[in-house]
Amino acid sequence: IMADDKDVLRDVWFGRIPTCFTLNQDEVTEREAEPYYLLLPRVSYLTLVTDKVKKHFLKVMRAEDVEEMWFEYEGTPLKWHYPIGVLFDLHASNNVLPWSITVHFKNFPDHDLLHCPSNSVIEAHFMSSIKEADALKHKSQVVNDMQKKDHKQLWMGLQNDKFDQFWAMNRKLMEYPTEDGGFRYIPFRIYQTMSDRPFIQKLFRPVSPEGSAHSLGDLLKEMYPDAITNDGEQKRYQVVIHGIEPLLETPLQWLSEHLSHPDNFLHICVIPVPTD
Amino acid sequence: MSTRLTFLSATRRRPTRIKGGIPLTVSQSVCCRATAGSGVTSQVCNTNLWTASSSPPAAGSGRATGMWMKTLRESPQRKGCLCSQGWSYAIDFPATYTKDKKWNSCVRRRRWLRYRRYKAMDTWAKIPSQQTTLPDPFSDISCGGWEISEEPRGRLSLWAVSLQGKVWFRDGIYHHNPEGSLWEEVFLPGEVIQISCGPGDLVWAVLWEGQLIVREGISRDCPKGSSWAVVESPSPDVGAIHVAVGINVVWAVTKDNKVWFRRGVNSHNPCGSGWIGMVGEMITINVGLNDQVWAINCEDRAVYFRQGVTSSELSGKTWKAITVPRDGDRSHSSASANSLQSAGCYFCGEVRAQSVVSDAESDTEKGSADGASCHATSTSPESFVDAPTDSSNPPTDPPKPRIPKVTSDSFISELVSDREPGKSSRDTGSAPPAVPEEESIPGEGEVKAPCAGSALSPSQSGGPLDPQWSNVDLEEAQQAQTVAVQDTADTCSLSSVATYTLAMEDPYGADEHPLWAWVSGGGCSVDSHSQLNWFNFSMNSSSLVSSVQSMSLSVSPAQTAAWRRQIFEQLSERTKREMDNFRHYEQAVEQSVWVKKGTMQWWRDWKPHKWIDVHFALEQFSGPDGNKDGILFIYYNYYEEKKYLHAFINEVTILVPVLNDSKHTFAIYTPERTKQRWPIRLAAATELEMHDWLALLSVSCCDSRGIHGPPSKQAIWSITCKGDIFISEPSPGLEAMPYPTPCDQMFWRQVGGHLRVVECNSVGIVWGIGYDHTAWVHTGGYGGGFFQGLASSTDNIYTQTDVKSVYIYENQRWNPVTGYTNRGLPTDRYMWSDASGLHECTKTNTKPPSPQWTWVSDWAIDYSVSGGTDREGWQFAADFPASYHGYKTMKDFVRRRRWARKCKLTTTGPWQEIPPIPLSDVTILPCTAQSSVDVIPVWAISNKGDVLCRLGVTALTPAGSSWLHVGTDQPFKSISIGAASQVWAIARDGSAFYRGSVSARSPAGDCWYHIPSPAKQKLKQVSVGRTSVYTVDENGNLWYRQGVTPSYPQGSSWEHISNNVRKVSVGPLDQVWIIADKVQGSHSLSCGTVCHRLGVQPVEPKGQSWDYGIGGGWDHITVRGNSVEPPRLRLPSLTDPSSRSPVPVRNTEVNGVGN
Repeated sequence: IMADDKDVLRDVWFGRIPTCFTLNQDEVTEREAEPYYLLLPRVSYLTLVTDKVKKHFLKVMRAEDVEEMWFEYEGTPLKWHYPIGVLFDLHASNNVLPWSITVHFKNFPDHDLLHCPSNSVIEAHFMSSIKEADALKHKSQVVNDMQKKDHKQLWMGLQNDKFDQFWAMNRKLMEYPTEDGGFRYIPFRIYQTMSDRPFIQKLFRPVSPEGSAHSLGDLLKEMYPDAITNDGEQKRYQVVIHGIEPLLETPLQWLSEHLSHPDNFLHICVIPVPTD
Repeated sequence: MSTRLTFLSATRRRPTRIKGGIPLTVSQSVCCRATAGSGVTSQVCNTNLWTASSSPPAAGSGRATGMWMKTLRESPQRKGCLCSQGWSYAIDFPATYTKDKKWNSCVRRRRWLRYRRYKAMDTWAKIPSQQTTLPDPFSDISCGGWEISEEPRGRLSLWAVSLQGKVWFRDGIYHHNPEGSLWEEVFLPGEVIQISCGPGDLVWAVLWEGQLIVREGISRDCPKGSSWAVVESPSPDVGAIHVAVGINVVWAVTKDNKVWFRRGVNSHNPCGSGWIGMVGEMITINVGLNDQVWAINCEDRAVYFRQGVTSSELSGKTWKAITVPRDGDRSHSSASANSLQSAGCYFCGEVRAQSVVSDAESDTEKGSADGASCHATSTSPESFVDAPTDSSNPPTDPPKPRIPKVTSDSFISELVSDREPGKSSRDTGSAPPAVPEEESIPGEGEVKAPCAGSALSPSQSGGPLDPQWSNVDLEEAQQAQTVAVQDTADTCSLSSVATYTLAMEDPYGADEHPLWAWVSGGGCSVDSHSQLNWFNFSMNSSSLVSSVQSMSLSVSPAQTAAWRRQIFEQLSERTKREMDNFRHYEQAVEQSVWVKKGTMQWWRDWKPHKWIDVHFALEQFSGPDGNKDGILFIYYNYYEEKKYLHAFINEVTILVPVLNDSKHTFAIYTPERTKQRWPIRLAAATELEMHDWLALLSVSCCDSRGIHGPPSKQAIWSITCKGDIFISEPSPGLEAMPYPTPCDQMFWRQVGGHLRVVECNSVGIVWGIGYDHTAWVHTGGYGGGFFQGLASSTDNIYTQTDVKSVYIYENQRWNPVTGYTNRGLPTDRYMWSDASGLHECTKTNTKPPSPQWTWVSDWAIDYSVSGGTDREGWQFAADFPASYHGYKTMKDFVRRRRWARKCKLTTTGPWQEIPPIPLSDVTILPCTAQSSVDVIPVWAISNKGDVLCRLGVTALTPAGSSWLHVGTDQPFKSISIGAASQVWAIARDGSAFYRGSVSARSPAGDCWYHIPSPAKQKLKQVSVGRTSVYTVDENGNLWYRQGVTPSYPQGSSWEHISNNVRKVSVGPLDQVWIIADKVQGSHSLSCGTVCHRLGVQPVEPKGQSWDYGIGGGWDHITVRGNSVEPPRLRLPSLTDPSSRSPVPVRNTEVNGVGN
């Protein structure tokens, strides 16, 4: 049975990462905190979907010991403003499941993380990503043509995990003039664990000047040549999008339409091949 | 949205194939799949008129799919149309296909009707023959007219053209009688060759001579119309050959294949005003829903779509070729004998029947609710993607006829259609479009069917399928078969000769696209804003392959590309890896908590506006942060298609009960709908039901905004003309400069009670006055009325009653013989009417204003009418309508008198009566935030016009203790006290007064200073803020008092600010709010609208322009509680989405407001 492209969108949207939250050892608690297990949506944001986690741990803590909640995985503070799936693929993809995240309520690492006092901050971040992506794809024409309630529909769709609601609006952001063969530029970000740079983001068109469709390989060749395994070489890097490794010949435009996150960016993780 | 398109293709000269040395291909098959909303399809075949209904065998899919099958010989004329209500009529007849064969030798004069009810099986019913009245066969039919009237349900106009050029109108078509009842001949100015009937009242036809005729006089009562008007051909030398009409468009094709667009066509002017030549040469043209246009180009015979057709640009922009690839994956044919029973194929031999059946089956399983689907058929086998193999390497398997078919759904449009989980396209994939397994050309089917006619005869197939024939006239059906068999055998042999010759010069390359002969977009609704994915590719074999990728859901080579397979496989592995073992984990995002459903009526958005039954659902869920939120769904049918409207609860700004004497109605507004002046209007079946919904929705709205409990002291209060009371909590930015919160974003919630006037101040003292002039004071509670439970406070809710009068007029005209009688002139108003005279209001038919009110008196003559009456209550005038006076003169020929009847409403709310003096106006000192006044000055006007001062009013005792009478020379009607205890009042004569020396020590002041009204105007209301004094006169003008200073508080002159004002409220910040009389929105006009004066500053107290808020029946507002100084500067912050992009202040004035 062959699936069609729409099922890819569903699979992407409904991707979940089983996660075990444990309270940081150093937190002061009144009694021992049980770990908390949750299925996190890959396309959402940590601080948007962890209200239950917070409530769970607050039960064993005194109010005066509680500051802003933040998360850490094996010593790395987790940036809430990256999609959960990106965080997982980047830091934990080759490890055993469930993903074990440590929860902190003090010593907020200001230099590593953005504060997230409320969901409206996430909404602002999410919407600005969508706007940035549309600036690349359509010179902002589509997003500017939308009404405020349309923006709200995108956000509510993500917040409430409503695929139909989200895509009823998002499809407009995925349209393009057929004669162009794709978006103006592909909104993408390439993440790497080995670098100080947060990510690579440059202008890249889906179609070459000669008119042929660019592939994922074409993009990497230009942005991150090391990620490509040449003939005869040992594979050094995995190129992971949504926990899968698409073939390098996959058309970039198709990837942008189908494997972008709700923020309309194609988030590509380049991670070293596990040594063992 | 259902987007369905039917193509018929037929090559004019079919190439012949040589197979095994046997010359073949005597005919070609044409298959046309028509899928309409609820599917009924009909065909005229060999001059037989068929209506074929089609419905999905799959129960519960809620969709119907139609299917036509037809094998034809080179028939050059075929015609069909689909209309959105599911009935489709088509005609087709074989015309001359050899030089010596005449059309009339192969047509039958028998008409059949095939129909199937929505959920029934395929059956055929025959239209009773009317040989006497219908002497010649049909050559063209067109149906439409479903927008003329909805009564009876399913009514359609069907127009037919006979070969002799006569036009017939089929009478009596409606839902339960789809075949109609009678053919009526329509008188003609000439011989017609073709006719086109639009969804509305347009009917155009083409005459043999090349002129066009237009049917006039078509209306609801006369769908047949009354007469023809002749329109000359667009081109003087070249006659018209084809015409296609829509709702407001007419397109024509002349004999030189030029395309013409008719300018200025509409219901009132069906003839239009002139022709415009369009680019492109077409052989046929068709107008679908929404006036979208389809055509077949005469050069490449491709199907073209007119791009850019919108209601404002009906002629569109350009022609765009539609790629209609056909997937021919042999692994996906699933001809099954079982399915033979479930779908109808009556026009072909057994083998073919199977393939068609499977085709139909897959169709019904597609079940895409909204997707764009395009069904096309072609007879040109060379166009198949895989045809090259076929032609070069003849398959060794016995070839079977092939029914080509393409389903093209752009995946994006499919996306939104995916409302039913069970209907995922994976399912579609597993039941692939059942294209027969081989690529053989249709003609090759005859190898298996040596009897040339067997695969072709429409009637022969009736044989094996006999059980499915309907009860009607089987005898004649069988008779038809026999004739048909003979006929087809005959014709086939003839055509085989012809095509053999042609085969030698096969003009078509193997990868050529199909040559279309006919297109109907009648069931294809194209949203003018949607981007269509049909045009991507040029017509060559390689592009066909790629187009399949984008257009077809079914498997194609491109979709089996390694990279795509890799993604599918890996995603599925990922699911196994990351989710399969952890299904027991809790989901981070909870899905909806609960849903409440019901049925209601909805005032539909499109014309003609009327109440339609809808399903109504409130889906509530807890947001991730624990806030409750919800979405409101209104499910309705649009031409038998299920659609819905939705609104986010957190965007709803107000729920307003609407006055209606027969229905329990309310309106839902969002900021957008406030701008449009077009709320969602709903009616519940009973009062109780409406109140249940209102209470529930109201709680839901308040929850989503985190608003609970009693109103704040700063609350803005307003009252609708129905007497309902609303409060809005002002946001800190409401009076901000330069970007105040737009008025239309204010959230209003209702509190129980019934009032006509409400006044408040910023220490929380709120007074109200009922329609019966009873004074009420707010208890500090909330809820009451229909609010229950948490939405209502409990210990400070009291019963409240109100009484008002309903007035009707008795009108009479003087007659020289009998004097005044109740027999007026034919042109006169109703003898019993409302004040306008436009509506008949008799004593018996006049109802209380809403079901909440009950009569408490009988009708009585009302003598207290302005202008005075005589002793019997009559007023006299020269004629209706005129100014009336209370005595008769020689010139008075009409008289009227007013009757009044009292009605009473009983409700509950946070209000306590302040007896005993009835009031007509009240005002409370607007305190500034810093002020520390203990005893709050409250002034009022009694019902008689006395000025009163309330003593003992404090925040703890808001009702005060006693009245102090303030003497006046004449009765007063309006009063207002400013923040510095400056008291202004309006006398009944329309002049203003200022009260001197009012202070805490002298709460009643000492004397009145008369202040003349603006020239020639009578003032009616005054409002005084911190320093500003505004008045409204009886002509709706708003005046600002110039020159007011502490030393000269009376000011110097009136300055005109605006017209179109009913009421003004000036607050403690000198903010100015009004009720505007009429405000134009994008969808309608709103009378009684809350407006906010923008740009009011200490240096510019008059402000600059108006911002418009909630409206449509607002009567009163008070902003005198809002003393919260706005933040000086509001910098955009990242965290507040509402402040990120401040809605630009609209500087345009209210329509009519301002000069």
